[in-house]
Amino acid sequence: MNFGQSFRLAIKSLTASKARALLTMLGIIIGVAAVIIIISLGDGMQNMVNEQFESMGTNMLVATIIGRSSSRQVRDEDMFALVEKNPDLLAGVSPFVSGRTRNKIGAEVLTATSVSGVSEQYAAIRSLKLTAGRFLQYADVMKMSKVCVIGSYLNDEYFDGDGVGQTVRIGGDNYTVVGTLEEKAGYGKGSDDDAVFIPYTNAQRLNKNAHTAQYYFTAVDSDATDTAKWLIEQKLQSVYGDSDAYLVISMSEMMNMMSTIQSTLMSVLVAIAAISLLVGGIGIMNIMLVSVTERTKEIGMRKSLGAKRRDIRSQFIIEAGTTSAVGGVIGIIVGVLLANVAGSIVGITAIPSTSAIAVSFGVSVAVGVVFGYLPANKAAKLNPIDALRYE
Amino acid sequence: MIELKDLYKLYHMGDTVVRALDGIDLTIDEGEFVAIVGQSGSGKSTCMNIIGCLDVPTSGTYKLNGIDVSTMDDDTQAVIRNKFLGFVFQQYNLIPKLNVVENVELPLLYAGISAAERRQKALRALERVGLLDKAKNRPNQLSGGQQQRVSIARALAGDPAVILADEPTGALDSRTGREVIAFLQELNRDGRTIVLITHDNSIAVKAKRIVRLADGKIVYDGPADERRAVEIPREEEDA
Repeated sequence: MNFGQSFRLAIKSLTASKARALLTMLGIIIGVAAVIIIISLGDGMQNMVNEQFESMGTNMLVATIIGRSSSRQVRDEDMFALVEKNPDLLAGVSPFVSGRTRNKIGAEVLTATSVSGVSEQYAAIRSLKLTAGRFLQYADVMKMSKVCVIGSYLNDEYFDGDGVGQTVRIGGDNYTVVGTLEEKAGYGKGSDDDAVFIPYTNAQRLNKNAHTAQYYFTAVDSDATDTAKWLIEQKLQSVYGDSDAYLVISMSEMMNMMSTIQSTLMSVLVAIAAISLLVGGIGIMNIMLVSVTERTKEIGMRKSLGAKRRDIRSQFIIEAGTTSAVGGVIGIIVGVLLANVAGSIVGITAIPSTSAIAVSFGVSVAVGVVFGYLPANKAAKLNPIDALRYE
Repeated sequence: MIELKDLYKLYHMGDTVVRALDGIDLTIDEGEFVAIVGQSGSGKSTCMNIIGCLDVPTSGTYKLNGIDVSTMDDDTQAVIRNKFLGFVFQQYNLIPKLNVVENVELPLLYAGISAAERRQKALRALERVGLLDKAKNRPNQLSGGQQQRVSIARALAGDPAVILADEPTGALDSRTGREVIAFLQELNRDGRTIVLITHDNSIAVKAKRIVRLADGKIVYDGPADERRAVEIPREEEDA
């Protein structure tokens, strides 16, 4: 087999005329680089979204009560009972009551801070971690103790990170800080870290509204979320008799939905990028046709020395494949570099997977081989006499 | 070794039929040094193409080493060329991107010989033409005479039965041309069959036997040292 020599000949003709080689490969380089950049950024984005979902707790389900027209209302006790009766599916529940109160620390009014009433299980459901002190306890909820847990933003801004034992004024009452939370995503004013958690029993009274708008559940594991969702829906349906009165969303479901949207979007972008690979292939075909004409005499001579059609054909196909493979490698390098730059600008880690690199490389070789076939076949079919006489 | 019998090659040009070869009978035996001569249009190129298995006759038979090669397809002819024939061209036709020894290796490559054996045989052929020291050079670093000797080495590498030299001196000055012919004579003395195609009488007389073609017919076939061998026939003068 003359693969080795064909390969070396191809490399030689590439290095012999660098400008021409670069122009030939340009389409492939751009196509492969574009695919790599899109896949890298897409993967980076996906990872970021997944991380955020995981930080929220992937086993979490949120039941939102919308309809309050009917006289019947689901009670907190019903929800607790649901968890107790189904320990194989549900691990915990916390009512979630948003406070609409005027809050102060010292003399300063907290304008953007969210005050939420939750149960002692909320920390586990939302994977909240404490930097100091403790979270709310069952006794706090039962006794309606005036205690609270604050987010890292408040802790750092107002108490220099040493908030335990300090006081926050919520709707006219003084609450003692018993715990401070670790920083979550989006540190800053109005973010998840600019938050105060109090017993939901207190929040209900502050709101003068005994009904809870949201319940946060946690399933035992991610496999149980679908059944758990169905279970919660059954319960709410039995209370309201109207599927528009409530909405149950599971985080894993949302995550899947996001993934689907994202991968569809990415497929479309990759398909667009792939068009430039096609154009690159046509560029290679073009140059190969020129090359076959230029080397007519060489082809005739090779045939006179005993080269068969398939020898000539494979020589030109290998040459086209090598050209596009080199283009592919350059494209991968350019793509990885640009993806890193773009990633650091957007603020995500954009590292392409090895499979993405392998596929891009394979596709670029395939493009060369496919588009090299026509010129190679033309060369193979040349009549040796005509080819030798060609000037 | 080479047996052409009642060979015709016709070309259709519009309504007229051109008889490039018009009933050729020719036998060349092993160890001969034959010059096929003729003016342009005499049919000597067509004859050389057919002997070289680059073309097939319209009718008649051509036997090479006893094998009928006159009706073979493209790829089978390629195998025959590779095994039995060595070509020397006017323009040397060396591949500029390959070095000298790689050029000489080409016929061995298509014969499917292993890399090590290829290199060994190619170097031996280069030694035969006295260019062993130029093995790693590029063809364009060599003089015309040296390049032609490389192409002779390439023709020799596969150890073919016949060497077909098509105007091998056409691109060389007369002194280098004589050297190349002297070298072909030397190969012939060693027992190699050589068929030389030329329009140049002064080159043709170096062969042992001359076959003169005119209008697709053999008008002389005999020893090279006869006066009649270099005489241009009357019909050709008129033409």
